[in-house]
Parts: sequence; structure tokens; C-alpha cells
Amino acid sequence: MRLDPEPLPRRDWLGLASLWSAASALAFGFIGAMRLPKAAVVAAPSKALKLTLPESLPAGEAFVPPGRAMAVFRDGEGVYAISTICTHLGCVVKPNAEGFECPCHGSRFDHAGGVVKGPAPRALPWLQVRLANGEVHIDEGKTVPSGTKAKQA
Amino acid sequence: MSPSTEQRPPLAEFWDNLRAAPRRILDTAFRGGSPSTDRTRSTFVFGNVFLHLHSARVHRWTLRWTATAGLGIATTAAFLITLVTGVLLMFYYKPYPDVAYQSIKDIHFVVPTGRFMRNIHRWAANVMVVTVILHMARAFYTAAYRKPREFNWVIGMGLLAVTLGLSFTGYLLPWDQLAYWAITIGANIAQSPREVTDALEITEWFDPGGFQRALLLGSEVVGEEALIRFYLLHVMILPLVLVGLMSIHFWRIRKDGGLARPVDADQRLEPEPGVYPVFTQAPEKTYQLAAVVEGRTPAVGRGPENTVPSMPHLFYAELGVLMLTTLICVALSIVSDAPLKELANPSVPENPAKAPWYFLGLQELVAFSAFMGGIGIPTIVLAGLGLIPYLDRESEGTGLWFGGPGGWPLVKRALVVGFGASILVEAFVIRYGWIREWFPSVGQLVVTVLNPGTLLTLIYGAYSVWLVKRYRSTRAGALGLFTCFLCGFLVLTVVGTYFRGPNWDFYWSPSQWPRH
Repeated sequence: MRLDPEPLPRRDWLGLASLWSAASALAFGFIGAMRLPKAAVVAAPSKALKLTLPESLPAGEAFVPPGRAMAVFRDGEGVYAISTICTHLGCVVKPNAEGFECPCHGSRFDHAGGVVKGPAPRALPWLQVRLANGEVHIDEGKTVPSGTKAKQA
Repeated sequence: MSPSTEQRPPLAEFWDNLRAAPRRILDTAFRGGSPSTDRTRSTFVFGNVFLHLHSARVHRWTLRWTATAGLGIATTAAFLITLVTGVLLMFYYKPYPDVAYQSIKDIHFVVPTGRFMRNIHRWAANVMVVTVILHMARAFYTAAYRKPREFNWVIGMGLLAVTLGLSFTGYLLPWDQLAYWAITIGANIAQSPREVTDALEITEWFDPGGFQRALLLGSEVVGEEALIRFYLLHVMILPLVLVGLMSIHFWRIRKDGGLARPVDADQRLEPEPGVYPVFTQAPEKTYQLAAVVEGRTPAVGRGPENTVPSMPHLFYAELGVLMLTTLICVALSIVSDAPLKELANPSVPENPAKAPWYFLGLQELVAFSAFMGGIGIPTIVLAGLGLIPYLDRESEGTGLWFGGPGGWPLVKRALVVGFGASILVEAFVIRYGWIREWFPSVGQLVVTVLNPGTLLTLIYGAYSVWLVKRYRSTRAGALGLFTCFLCGFLVLTVVGTYFRGPNWDFYWSPSQWPRH
């Protein structure tokens, strides 16, 4: 009596076809599904803004535009803006007497945005500033080297 | 017409069938009959698609309270509670920024029993995190991960990760301050491989961090896309994964011959009056299931097997644990409401911005280095734990608490080392700061590689390797390492919870926090 099952036919065309079509369908489906999470156009709020600094703003004092994660300064050399998004994990840092402090994980930055303490890996980026008709134009999407200050033309 | 006297009225048989229908419906639904004999009690289990994840009989060793403390069942019970209450909450919850916050307020203040449901959901989730950790500790300290249960331990690690993922995605949904800043921090932890790629200046070509962040948020900012993704993960993807893993986890227990127990479990058990074993002595004949399985049938050639039917012994115990878990969750829900902070404000984080308690240890670690604390060390810990069953191939002490070389005295010393090292490292950092404060110009890679978190991991690792050498046993090293990790987790969590104030500074108590 034979107990072993019949061996599979060597060229089981139907079986191989279903196996490979299933495998390739899964592979292509997976590739397509992987593209799904990233839309071709990503909506985001406008990053450019215009503002007028108050006349009374003392030199080196931070002005925080409402609803924006940045601090704008004016001193004798010009106007400059520093992003207040912590380079560590994205909390919004607060300007204080020594520079900036982060409420989430305790990073500290000096007046120019350089890291003095804590886990932040990089300095706070400086944002592009242009002055036109007494208004300050800032683009959050563009960074400039630290120390770049805009002067009235 | 036939003259037979047994001729019945035309509808008599129909009426009989109608009268018998309820009983027959019941009989065909539950085909085994009443579970009153050993045989029908077995059919009760394997005739039921849900119950047959269990074995039909269970060893008496397993039913002792001290064998498991019911922690796995308690975790399952907590999950079932969150499942039911979560579905109910979905009737009113609307996953859209700001609207979500209002709908949680509706659930809390307007919907009848809504506040209670939300409280139970939140408390059961907390209970689940606690019990899943304790359950893992139980499995570890009784060496239950050993052959043939190695892979079930790995699946257990997956269950731990999914449980934490469910908690994380869950507390984002109310769209309050905690939720918003938790998404922000979580998404940036996903992005934190940039800490390394930036330092090596290869981000332009190789940016796994940016990819992960984009995948989570679906946008450059934390907004509606991010909320709907976390919602989808929370109510659909992660629960499905969890249920799948749980089914495998349970089924493998059965396939592995029940829970781990010592080889001499039968000698250690006292005979229990009233519970009789099926085979009172080793049968003289041997049996073989020809052509189906190799080898002898499992019960052949053994003495009294000391098992009892799962119905009712195991199921009633499980039901008891389920009810106890429910009682605890309901009691906690009556005593304490689930928190809801102010509406999310993208320009002002809370100060301090604290995650729920079970992530505060992690928050303490990311406060040293985002990549190391958020991704590096958790990966090392998970990989280390997952490897334990493949490195510990010993057999001494399986199924016994703190079994193996060293035993409880070793664990006691490991507790001292684990608590001591973590408290010393924390105290040093709080008192003297770290590299960044001493040498502000040092490169980020140095801080990433050499921070208090990695130092602590190194100390624990070295101690464990020393134990392996000292006891000539991998199990001894594993006992030390696991105990140390537990201690480190506890210390970091307690520091994050009670001793961190505004700007993540150290304070002895919240009463010393500066007012502003």
C-alpha cells in the first residue's frame, strides 16, 4: 500500500501561473499602495508674510507675529527673523532674556539661535527678510546664514 | 382513508416540529450538548471556533494563581473593554481638527453615558499598558520563552509595540494641547534619523527620517491629514494587527502544549481531591496515528497527566479575571475623569509639555538625544529582548519564578545595580549637565552616540555580560539585563513624571515650579 501522496506534476502550468500571477499582483499592488500616502500636491499654509514692526520695539527685543513660529528683531545693523521651531523635536521655543528656551525637552539657545544646552542638534535657522515700503517681508520657507540682517535700502 | 388508529391529525407533526424548534435550534448551534462529562467538555472547546484557540484540557500547574497571576488574560480583557467602548465612542467622534475637540466635549458633557465610556476607554488602555508589561515580566522571570516558545515571545514583543502604538495614536485624537504637541513630537521622532544623516551631510540623498515624517503626517504641517492618519491607525490598522497577533499568540500556547511548567510539575503539585486525572496510570499499550503524525500519541508512556477540562476550570478562571479587570476599570472611571486640555494651539506648546506616564521615560531619553532616545535605544532594547530566547538555550528553572542559575539572589543584586546605575546617571546629568554644556562646539554625532541614555544602556549591557561570565550561563545574564531594563524604565518614568517641570528642568516637587 502506498502512503506517500502523488508527487506534484513537474510542469503544473496552471498552478505555476496562479502562483506567479498572485505574487506579481501582490508586488505591484504593494508598490502602488506605497505611493498612495504621499499626495502629488501637499496643501500647506502660506509661508510668506508681511508685517510692520512697532516703532517702540527696543533693539534686540523679540517681536512674535501672532500665530507664527518666529521671532523678529531690530537693532542698529538691521532687521532679522529667527525661526522658533526647535531643531530637536519641533516644539515652539520662547524668547527670554538669554535667548530662547524650549518647554518640551529643555534645549536652550543664545540670542543668535546657537545651541547652548540640551538635545537640539542644530542652531535655530534664520529666515529670509526683505524690507520694502516700511514693511518687513519674511519667508518661512527660505533660510539664510546666521547673522544676515536686512538693512533699509 | 386508512383504518389505522394511529392516524394523527394533519398538522400534528408540524406542530410537534414547531414546538421542538427552539430546542433544536439550540442543539444545532451548540452541537456538543451540555458540558457535563469529560467528553462533552472537550467537544465544548474544540467544537467552538473561538474557544478552540484554547486546548480542551489544561494542566493544573497552569491554573495556580502564582503561575501567571492571570496577567495575559487581564491584558486581553482590557483590550476587549477598549474595543467595545471604542466602537461606542466612534458614534460621536469626528476626526477633523477643532471639530474633533468639540466632539470630545460633546461626548464628555452632552452624550448620555459618554463621559463614562470615554473614561473606561482611557482607563482600560492604561490598565492594558500596565498588564502587558507585567505579563512580559512574568513570562520572562518564569523562563517561559524557552524552546518551543521562542517565537511566541517574539510575537509578544510585537504585541507590546502595537499596544504602545495604540496608546500613542489614541491620545492624539482629542486634538487638545497634549494631542497636538504629541503628534508634533512623535512625527519629529520619526524624522530624527536626520540627526545622523544631517551630521554626515547625506540627507540630500538618503533621508529615511523625512520619509517617515511625510508618511505619518501626509503634509508638511500637523493638520487634518495627520489627524485622519492617526485616526485610521487607531481604529482600523493597529487593532487589526493586534487581533491577528493575539490569535497567533494564543493558538501557539495551545500548540506548544500549554503554558511553560517545570519538568517535575507533577511531583510538585499536591493531589487535589475532587479533580481526577483522565489517565490514572501509564497505559501498557502504545498507539500510533499511522500516516498522519510521526511518533507516538502525546499521552502515551506517561504517568498521571494532571490535567483538568478547560470547561469549566480554565474558562471560569478567565471569566473571573475579565470581571475583575472590568471592575478595576469601572472603579477608576468613577473616581477619575479622562483629561482634556485646551484646544490645540500650534504657536504655544504647554510648559511643561508632558506625554502620558508610560512615555515619560522615553521623553526623558529623547531629552538627551532625539534619535538615540526615540529610535536607537528602543530598537536596541526590543532587539535585545527579542534575542533572549535564541541565546538562552538552557533548561534549568523553566516554569519557576526567577528560575535558572543565580535565581532570586541574582535578581535582588540586579535590582540594586539597575536602580543604582539609573539614579546615579540621572543625578549626575541633573547636577553637572552633559557634553553640550561643557563643550558647546562639539559635533552632534558625539552627543548622539555618547549621551546618558547610551551610557546607561552600556552599563546594563556590560553588567549582563559579566553575569554571563560569572555564572557561565546566558540565563543569568538575561535575568540581570531584564531586571536592569525594568529598573531603568521605572526610574526614568518616575523622574519624567514627578521631577521635571517647566522647560524640562529638575524640581523636587511641582510646588516649586515658577509661576508665570
